[in-house]
Amino acid sequence: MPDLLIELFSEEIPARMQARAAEDLKKLVTDGLVDAGLTYAGAAAFHTPRRLTLTLSDLLANSPTLREERKGPRVDAPEKAVEGFLRSTGLTRDQLEERDEKKGKVFYAVIEKPGRPAEEIIAEVLDRTIRNFPWPKSMRWGAGSLRWVRPLHSILCILSDEAGARVVPLEVEGIVSSNTTEGHRFMAPGRFVVSSFDDYAAQLKRRFVVLDAAERADAIWQEATNQAFACGLEVVEDRGLLAEVSGLVEWPVVLMGEIGADFLGLPPEVLQTSMKEHQKFFSVKNPKTGRIERFITVANRETRDNGATILAGNQKVLSARLSDAKFFWENDLRVARAQKMQPWIDQLSNVTFHAKLGSQAARIDRIAALARVIAPALGANADLAEQAARTAKADLSSEMVYEFPELQGLMGRYYAEAAGLPAEVALACQEHYSPLGPTDDVPTAAVSATVALADKLDTLTGFWAIDEKPTGSKDPFALRRAALGVIRLLLVNDVTAPLTGIFAGAGHDLAPEVSADLLSFFHDRLKVHLRDEGIRHDVIDACLAMEANDDITLLVKRARALSETLATDDGTNLVQGFKRANNILTQAEEKDGVAYEFGADRKFAEDAAETALFDALEAAGPKIAAALETQDFATAMAAMAALRAPIDAFFEAVQVNAENEIVRRNRLNLLSTIRSTVLKVADLTKIEG
Amino acid sequence: MTGQSIDKPKSFQEIILRLQSYWASQGCAIMQPYDMEVGAGTFHPATTLRSLGSNAWAAAYVQPSRRPTDGRYGENPNRLQHYYQYQVLIKPSPANLQELYLGSLQAIGIDMELHDIRFVEDDWESPTLGAWGLGWEVWCDGMEVSQFTYFQQVGGHDCKPVSGELTYGLERLAMYVLGIDHVMDMPFNDPSAAIALKYGDVFRQTEQEYSRFNFDTANTEVLLKHFEEAEAECEAILSQPHDDPKTGKRIIMAHPAYDQCIKASHIFNLLDARGVISVTERQAYIGRVRALAKQCADAFVQTEAGGWQPEAAE
Repeated sequence: MPDLLIELFSEEIPARMQARAAEDLKKLVTDGLVDAGLTYAGAAAFHTPRRLTLTLSDLLANSPTLREERKGPRVDAPEKAVEGFLRSTGLTRDQLEERDEKKGKVFYAVIEKPGRPAEEIIAEVLDRTIRNFPWPKSMRWGAGSLRWVRPLHSILCILSDEAGARVVPLEVEGIVSSNTTEGHRFMAPGRFVVSSFDDYAAQLKRRFVVLDAAERADAIWQEATNQAFACGLEVVEDRGLLAEVSGLVEWPVVLMGEIGADFLGLPPEVLQTSMKEHQKFFSVKNPKTGRIERFITVANRETRDNGATILAGNQKVLSARLSDAKFFWENDLRVARAQKMQPWIDQLSNVTFHAKLGSQAARIDRIAALARVIAPALGANADLAEQAARTAKADLSSEMVYEFPELQGLMGRYYAEAAGLPAEVALACQEHYSPLGPTDDVPTAAVSATVALADKLDTLTGFWAIDEKPTGSKDPFALRRAALGVIRLLLVNDVTAPLTGIFAGAGHDLAPEVSADLLSFFHDRLKVHLRDEGIRHDVIDACLAMEANDDITLLVKRARALSETLATDDGTNLVQGFKRANNILTQAEEKDGVAYEFGADRKFAEDAAETALFDALEAAGPKIAAALETQDFATAMAAMAALRAPIDAFFEAVQVNAENEIVRRNRLNLLSTIRSTVLKVADLTKIEG
Repeated sequence: MTGQSIDKPKSFQEIILRLQSYWASQGCAIMQPYDMEVGAGTFHPATTLRSLGSNAWAAAYVQPSRRPTDGRYGENPNRLQHYYQYQVLIKPSPANLQELYLGSLQAIGIDMELHDIRFVEDDWESPTLGAWGLGWEVWCDGMEVSQFTYFQQVGGHDCKPVSGELTYGLERLAMYVLGIDHVMDMPFNDPSAAIALKYGDVFRQTEQEYSRFNFDTANTEVLLKHFEEAEAECEAILSQPHDDPKTGKRIIMAHPAYDQCIKASHIFNLLDARGVISVTERQAYIGRVRALAKQCADAFVQTEAGGWQPEAAE
């Protein structure tokens, strides 16, 4: 069975799109072939800056013949019926078969759909794939109307087996398929003929193209770490950069260069960001000092001077870049040292945060006030928290952050240190944006956590106040992330504080229904967060129904305890017992029009199991109350779960709806005690199953 | 592209001359700079307007460009408020445009055997022109030496056929080729000439004068008025009937209207440099210039140069 090789050769494909495109090519072509009946043994896709490649092994040479039988009218049926059958099958009368059946002779049509050669199917599928390729952004070029990510130049498409290779004929908007491609743009220009995938990969390598991106990345990383190691240095790992750089070259050549001594005093993050963002350089650091001393660049070719010219050029570009960075750093340090960052803070009153929420300065005033309010709950000094809140955004006006927005916060810390501000304040400048993502570290320093909370809560209450809430997939102000950040900050720092009170203190004057809506937004985010922890949504609902549900930390403690309890045998059975009690009680209450909340009297108890339940409930009540008093949910849950045995025994031994009305009512009142006792711990009516 | 000895240029102007003769030999019409203040070579009608419509086009030219906010009083080694761009526009974009471009680098003395040339994704968008395209910034040893764009849309119109546009930042490119660290030190003419001039001899003083003017002196009230006037004039020109009552001929004044659009755009840049435009106003101004550019594009495609054909219309 033949192997298929396809290569779509174009002008340079953006690095970030290559891997996905190779996968799309594989999926679209293989799906198309399989749909048409062409199966294969294996498939692999590859990408370089100029090509997407797909190889399939052991493809069927023809799609299988399909045979369809259709039963027609009886042979002696009226002429019209037979004609109708002929029309619907597209056959003539002599092509029909007559078969004997119980009721006589019947016409059968046997329609054969002959298999089609693979070439035909491949040409159709590839044509369709090219025309409908899901590029994130595509373009036209020249006078044509075909769309591709950049101009498509050639299509290599061959089927190969022991007998040799043949081109699958195909033409897409004037591009005719062939068995040729090109090597490296500069090191091996010109086209060459390919006879199979192995031949293709081998010839490419001779022509300075490493087809496999993973192989390029490995080679880059190997060589980079070797060169660094030889100088007693190490490369700062950056997987994203490695993937990007291996998408920019077909023949990676690793070159290590020096960073001018003038620049070694820059903060390492500044060096690293400038080198990465502008030049796509790796940073090389001295493991002893942690300082970044060199850079690694990856060229796309070998040269007769072994890269000397290329390296010198790169070094020069870097110097120009770093001169800018140094200029910003020194100017900024002057402002930080001499004026304690004050001019930057003043400038923030000219920066609009949001048209309806005022300037950054106004926002900072609100955050500072809120930070004071919540500081005690986090054990932070209120004065330091306020000072940190007032300083934390100052670096947004600095030249360095203007140039490198991704350094916000971090530069704030450097500048606050230079200004001689307290260490807690400087740290808060850096940490108050955290956590950004769900896996980001949560600040635990009290002042940092306070400002981080105040910042996010101001954002959330503010956008709720002006009714700019996330809808569907749209969340332009990242409010879901902010809410999750608040939740994680509260949980990690074990902060017990009712959110409703904080909302009210946030300076946005939320109406009660808006505040309630924001709280339910938090509850939704919390469900998502706890689901990842393995806590079921009905468990959370059972806890949300309890009082103080605006205290995230208490809520989660209760939910975790309940979740653990439900995982035990006692817990599961207790839920059943509770539901049974609750059902009987609810029905009786509806029927009798009475709420049985009078309390049961043990003197009417007739059975030992009944008395035992009285004992158990009397013991559990105070235990649960005491545990809840100290938010010891585990103990409360355990006391609740301990009711399982007496409740089960009670139902086993006793008929609630006794004939004696006094006994019946007493038992219903007893059930009511079960309900009220349990409902103090969690609303088990919400538990499913 | 291999084997030939690389003859290094000696001056800024030699690089320009070599680009001119290279693109002339590739069949481009060598045009002259547009006689108005523009922010980039793209604003020249030879690019903006000629990229519209179905007529084939090939032009190359130097365009002095002004970016008032980039003024540094002639002190920054790389930043200037007035600089030169070299611009090439070919429609439809030829299949070998990348090779033609690489040939131009060779022509100005960049040895392809020693340097690392890379095409790095960079999509181009001009909000004031209502234009966008896909392409790359071209890197030579890690330095951006050109912008390479396939125009997809200009003035809100789909480009059919597509133009290929090349833009070289001449000072930066020349500094790299000549090995100069500060733009003002770059030989402007042949350094062995009797009167050898450096870039600074020609432009240091003007950089100072314009930096002061742009940042502190330009009269913002006058500029605001000029902006309004240019906008009104552009619309007035385009509101005239297509047929000229005097000659009886169909004369749509797309170019005179576009001049007013260019004017408005430059005034906006000056106002921006003076710091009198707030973030929200900024978007509004850009939108107003874009509206003018769109109307000019709409008018141009009604002209013969813009692909309008009298017989098709009848």
